[in-house]
Parts: sequence; structure tokens; C-alpha cells
Amino acid sequence: MKVSLTVNGKEITADVEDRLLLVHFLRDVADLTATNIGCETTSCGACTVLLDGESVKSCTVLAAQAAGSSVTTLEGLASDSGEMHPVQKAFHEEHGLQCGYCTPGMVMAITSLLKENPSPTEADIRRGLEGNICRCTGYHNIVKAALAAAASSREGASK
Amino acid sequence: MSILGTRVIRTEDPRLLTSGGVYVDDVREPLLEGAVRATFVRSTVAHALITGIDTSAALDAPGVLAVLTVADMTDLPAPPPAAEPSPDEPPSEGPVPLGGKWQEPLLAVDRVRFVGEPVAIVLTDSTYQGEDAAELVSVDYEILPAVPSIAAALTDKTLLYPDAGTNVCVRGGGDLSDDSIFDGCEVIVEGDIVNQRVAALPMEGRSTAAVWRDGKLTVWASTQNAQLSRLILTAVGLPPDAIRVVAPDVGGGFGAKIGVDRESILIAWAAKHTGRPVRWVETRNENLMCMTQGRGQVHHIKLGGDREGHIKAYRLDVVQDSGAYSRMGGFLPMLTNLMAPGVYDIPAVQAAYKAVVTNGTPIAAYRGAGRPEAAATIERVVDWYAAEAGVDPVVVRKLNFIQPEQFPFVTKTHAPYDSGDYEGALDKVLAAAGYDELRAEQKRRIEAGETRLLGIGLASYVEITAADGGAGETAKVEVHDDGTATVYTGSSSHGQGHHTAFAMIVTQELGIPMDKVEVIHGDTDLIPDGVGTYASRSLQLGGSAVHKAAIEVKDEAAKKAAELFEAAEADVVLDTETGTWHIAGDPDKSLSWSQVAAAADAGLIVANVRFTADRPTFPFGSQLSLAEVDVETGKVTLLRHVTADDAGPVLNPLLFEGQRHGGIAQGAAQALVEEILYDEDGNPLTATLMDYGAITAAELPSFELLTSETPTTVNPLGVKGIGEAGTIGATPAVHNAVVDAVAHLGVRHIDMPLTPERVWTAIQKASAK
Repeated sequence: MKVSLTVNGKEITADVEDRLLLVHFLRDVADLTATNIGCETTSCGACTVLLDGESVKSCTVLAAQAAGSSVTTLEGLASDSGEMHPVQKAFHEEHGLQCGYCTPGMVMAITSLLKENPSPTEADIRRGLEGNICRCTGYHNIVKAALAAAASSREGASK
Repeated sequence: MSILGTRVIRTEDPRLLTSGGVYVDDVREPLLEGAVRATFVRSTVAHALITGIDTSAALDAPGVLAVLTVADMTDLPAPPPAAEPSPDEPPSEGPVPLGGKWQEPLLAVDRVRFVGEPVAIVLTDSTYQGEDAAELVSVDYEILPAVPSIAAALTDKTLLYPDAGTNVCVRGGGDLSDDSIFDGCEVIVEGDIVNQRVAALPMEGRSTAAVWRDGKLTVWASTQNAQLSRLILTAVGLPPDAIRVVAPDVGGGFGAKIGVDRESILIAWAAKHTGRPVRWVETRNENLMCMTQGRGQVHHIKLGGDREGHIKAYRLDVVQDSGAYSRMGGFLPMLTNLMAPGVYDIPAVQAAYKAVVTNGTPIAAYRGAGRPEAAATIERVVDWYAAEAGVDPVVVRKLNFIQPEQFPFVTKTHAPYDSGDYEGALDKVLAAAGYDELRAEQKRRIEAGETRLLGIGLASYVEITAADGGAGETAKVEVHDDGTATVYTGSSSHGQGHHTAFAMIVTQELGIPMDKVEVIHGDTDLIPDGVGTYASRSLQLGGSAVHKAAIEVKDEAAKKAAELFEAAEADVVLDTETGTWHIAGDPDKSLSWSQVAAAADAGLIVANVRFTADRPTFPFGSQLSLAEVDVETGKVTLLRHVTADDAGPVLNPLLFEGQRHGGIAQGAAQALVEEILYDEDGNPLTATLMDYGAITAAELPSFELLTSETPTTVNPLGVKGIGEAGTIGATPAVHNAVVDAVAHLGVRHIDMPLTPERVWTAIQKASAK
């Protein structure tokens, strides 16, 4: 079947299998490989992307279901001038990543979480990240990065 | 100012944060153009004879290029005959697979020994086609009784290797029969402790891509060491120099990616056999069934001492579950024996082990590899003893610690501890946590009849890192005539931050700014000789090698600078603040690194070294965990986790803390939620992340870290390893905290993981007494 969706601002149309998952569309059709696959059961969140601005696990969405929608992946998060998004910046400054495999999903999940709740507590963040598994960081610096990104986004907004 | 010891943020991150890493599935090399996908047909039963394989339906499926079984493997060399230990000779205690009767095949030949064992390989144009076609391969099994546990293996009723005549594949350690070591002990505790099987669970599973082109095999593998992988891949019948292995970005390893597994050898063979590039990326389901797992020991212990809290004697009897194939011989339980007495000066220690084969996934190294099991047990048993003697667990620990003035100290199990201050670490943690206040609050809640009770768990640990220091690590440092430096390391990053850490060492020694230092690892064409990353060895061996190479480069550059200055070499100095060369006492005349390098042959100053250490190092620390247990439901909430860790001087606190955070989380995960389970027929019950309880952010608090820095003399940086320490201390600290919360109800022990069901059941049993 023919599907057409906007990925990081660019429209992509392709003839795909009905059963093609969004994550495989992003990786194999759009050739955007930042989005990783960590499980097949919607458990780990490595494949988290934004679908019309909201975080989804792209291993559990068919490309066909996303047709006509707009998808943002890690590659599309920085500004046009290449400046990192506050969440990306905070991950760098707070050592929020080690091997980097869960990172694209974590960054997208936190971006979505902060949009819904710009002033989260630590507990809000920990609950909000329950669907994203990291095996390296013990989550300590990911939570710290999320809090720092929230603070810097609020600061940016009040300027 | 020294850059060492400062919080330098990682140079690795901008790329990982903006375009994502390049893991094996992301590699877009021209050589891999048109690569076919490999899908393994895996055993669906735990123990069976294979009576037939029918691939015809699969061969007719869309997109199928080939279906390969053992019958196709005629172009492989016979495996070298493994040296068979004679009956009176103990088996090798190195981390090597057992051969001979215990040999693991590449593809199943006529028998399968665990669910997930590779039986056939399907090559297809796309991943989805591979999954469809693999379903169509029909394998006939004659089912054998399963050996799903250590207990079942020890009966020897069903044998995995009939030729061996037993399921016990390795025995070692000392004699446990002399009970006189417990003579005169006023308090004796005895019992069994299970250290359950857990998954390593790196977020990126195993993956391999391979190309056979013009007499050269190129393999991209998700591995902790490209060079060892290359040696293992010679199993396809090629000499090492006909093989190039590249470790691209690697999404975590935790010990389970040391070298490569049989699947990677098969992918390399399939590429050579078919002449097509082949790529394989395992699913999480495969990962939880087939990647080597960790722990899997049962301990029988006995410990005795006096009424005041002095420990007199300790006995540890270990049985290791090796899974279906003995990938590491007796290595893991041997380390558990070595580290049995932990931080304590115990006058008499007996330790022995055996390893058995079972119809489960093979067990190999997982963060700590044999040492966490030792720490988990001694720290639990010290609490048993403290409770039995009626002495505070802090007091018991302090009465028995090896004292700072006793180092270097050799334990009764022959572990040569280098340096330590165990009481200092414990005091730090107690003060930061407010131990007395916590005990008071614990008491208050009990007396008030509250249902959410507090438990305070302590663990003081010591562990062995870089146990194979003699193998050392390689480094090559080059300074180019454009003033940049390149570091080639045999160590291998998969998240630890090698690129940042090693660049810091070069900057410190040579004064070349970090943004002009490139670090390269994991490519056997560029770095043919290297050892890799495991056993918390990277900084102490790999970092020391970089340090040594940098110093050799500096010495060579001093000669060149002296020639250019027309001065004596002894008068030439390097200002590492500015990265410029001077004549002592004359700061006006200077030479840059590019000028000095330009004067060298080919505009390059280079040093190629191997650093070896003659002894391992023994980092140590104390951890305190505060748990809240809801006695009505058994639910455990970790409230705080405070640690004081000492691995010598800290190169970069950011990286040091990151290693500890991750370690603590994995240690707590084993104590609280994680366990690989099989049913009685050997079927895995935890083969997806829906069923395996990987710990999440919601189950953990932020951690409170304290640091001390006791240097070692084993290497020039004075450093010890920190990669595994967090895990080793956290498991018993959390375990002790949970049991402590319900101890007053009569609960003495609960085996891990401390799920609500187990905690609740233990409370009910104790109160029914």
C-alpha cells in the first residue's frame, strides 16, 4: 500500500507492506537510523518518536496508521541552525547517556513529557519514564537531565 | 591546572544526541550494500534429539535465498581437538569454554540442549520475510527429559552429555570436610542462599554483519573486544590476518559481549559460504533466550564466631549453573571462592565449588562475574550472624574488617588485596545517611504499629578488577604535524566514555587540547593487537597504556625540540598549559607541537606500547540502602541509597559517578525484581520484556554518592576499576535492607528477587510460627 507521512518536516511517500511498522519505515524507508529497536513488546521505549507532537513507541504503530501524520525523530529535534534542543543539551551536560542506545527514545519521551508538564517533580519524571528502559545510567542522570531541561525551557520561555 | 579530576563532559555525546549512534544495524558501508538478513531457526524445546529437518517449505517462501543447516557446513575446518583434562588434573580455571566431551557446536548437530539453540539459518531479502520463512522450517524432535535446575542436574538422572557420565562439568577449590574450624564458636549460622540467574540485557542485543570479498572477511560485531572476536572468528577457517573485525557503536555489553557467540561465527560463515553480505540483529526475545546470562549459583554456607561479634570461621560451598554449554569452565565460581571472605579478616575460611550443566541458556560473565555472588553471600551471612549474636551489624562489620595497616593483605582464599580503608568507607556512609536517626525512626514506626516499615541494609565490599593485568592493554599515540593527536586503543568503549577519558590523559601529558585529540578503538585493521573492555580494566590498563605512550611521545618530541632549539635535551621543557615547547628559563622562545612533529620523520611522532600490571587491584566501599516495606502487601520501595566508593584517584568524576549509578541500579535490580525463570520442562518463562522485570526509573531513587581516593601502586595513574563496584555492593545492601525491615517479625532470610509476593509470603510464614 502507498503511505505518505511527514518525517522531520519532509514528506515521504512509499509503497510499503501493510504490516510495516512505523519504526521500520523510519529506519529502512526514510533511512533515519537514530530511532532504535530494543524489544518487540512496547516495553523498552528505545523506539519512541513524536507522532503529531505526542510520544509513541514506533514499534507498535503501523506505518499505515501514521499516514498523513507528522513524525519527529531525534534527527529532527535540533533547530534548523543545528542548535541542540534543551533536552539534548541537558543530556550532554548532565551525562545522561552512556552507550547511547536508549537515548533517542529517552530524549523524545522527555521532550513529550515536558510539553505536557513543564514543571515536573522528580517523581513525575520517574513515573513518566516508566516505559523507557536504560541499562547503563541507573536513570540518575537522565532524571537530572530532565529536571535541568525543564528548568532551562522555563527560563527560555520567560525571557 | 590539571585536567585530571575535573568534570569534563563527554566528547562522544553530540553525535549520539543529534544523529544517534551507528550500531551494527545502522552501518551503511558500501561493502554491505544488498546485505541479506539472517534469521535463526531456534530450538523450541529444551532437551531433545533431532531426528529430521525439512527446509523445503521455507525454501519456497518469498525472498528466501538459502536455508542453511549443519549439513551445509562441509566447508568448515574441523574444530581443533580440545585438550581433555586427565582425571587427576583440575580443569582450566581461565574464562574459556570447556571442550572435549563438553564441546558446543556452531549449529545443532543431532541434539539440542536449550530453548533457543540455533538449528538453522534462513537468509532472506528482508527481515519480515525471514521471520515468515523461519516458521516454515520443520524440525523433528525426540524429546528427552529436561534438566531445568541445579538441583535436577546434581541428581545425574538425566545427562546432557551422556559421554561425560555426569552433569558436573568442573570441580575446584579446597577441602570442606574439616569441621574443626568451627570448634569453640559460640554462635554458628548455616543455610542456603540462592543467587538467581539474571539477564545481562544490554539495550542493543547481539548483532553481526559480515562480508566476504577478495579473500578478506570483514565483520561488524556488537562486541566488547574486536581483537578477541577476530580470534574467535578464525573458526570459519581463516587466519586472523584475513579477517577484519569492526566494533562500531555498541549499545551496552555488561560482560555478555566479551568476544562473540556462535551466532556471529555462523553469520561470518554464511557470508563466506554464500558470497553475499549478511546481517543479523537479534530480537529481544532471542536476546532473553540466547545471550549468555549471569549469576545462577546456589551457596551452602556456615559461619561461626563468638557472642561479641568476632567471626572465627567461614565455609562457602558453591554450585554454579553453567547452562547448557560451559562457556567459562570454572572461572565464575572460582572468582566467587577467591572473594569469599570479602572485607573481613577471618582466621579460617574454606571454599569450594562445582559447576553443572542444565538445559538453560549458557551462563557467562555479567557485571561482576563471580564477585557479586561472593559479596552478596558474605554480606547476607554477616547479618545472619549479627542477628543471631544480638550485635548491631555495624559493630560486627567493624570488629572484623581488615585494618588499613594490614595492607597489602592476603586472604585465606589467597586474594592479594593491595590497599583499602573499609572502616573509613563505612563511617562515611553511616554519617551521610544518618544511621542512628534512621534506626530511631525504624523503631518509632514499629512501636507506633505502622504498616510501612523501614529497613536499613549495609554492605561493605571489596572486589578484584583487572584480574588479568598481565595481558595488559595496548595504545598507540601519534602527534601529527598539524598539531593534532590520535590515540589508538585496544580497549573498547561501549558507553564508558573511553574517548573522553583517554583524550584527557593525552591533554594532561602533552598539553594538546582535547578537541585536537581523536581516540580510535575497535578496528582490527587499525589496531590488530588489543585486549578489550571487561573486568573494570579499561582505565587502569588501557588508560595506563595511553599514559605510557604519551610519555614516550613526549620524550621523543623533547629530542626533536632540542635539535630545533640547538639546546641540550635536558634544558627543553613542555608547557602543558599552552602545549608549547621551551628552553628552561627562556619563555620567549617557543615551538608548537606542529613545529616539533614537522621535524620528525614523516611529520609524525609516534609511540606504540603495551602496558601490563603484575597484580590486580581491589577497589572497595560501603553502601547503605534504606527500604520501606509495606507489611500488608509485601511491596518494597527503595527510599535512599548511599554509597562511599573508593577506586583510587578519580580521573573524571562525571564518568566515575555514571559507572556507579548504573552499577547500583543493576545490583538493586537483582535484589528486587529480576530473575530468569524456566518451567520444569526447561521452557523459558521470562523471554520477553513483558515477563522479565527489567528495573525502571519509577522503582529507583536518586543515589547519594560519597568518594574516597586510596591510590594503588599497581599502575602509574594509581587507579582501580569502578565499572562493577556499584553492582557488587548494591545487591546485598538492598537485600539486607528489605530483610531488616521485617526481621522483627521473625523473618531471617528471603531469597532474591524480593518481589511483593515473596516478601508477603515470608511475613505470613514467620507470623504463623
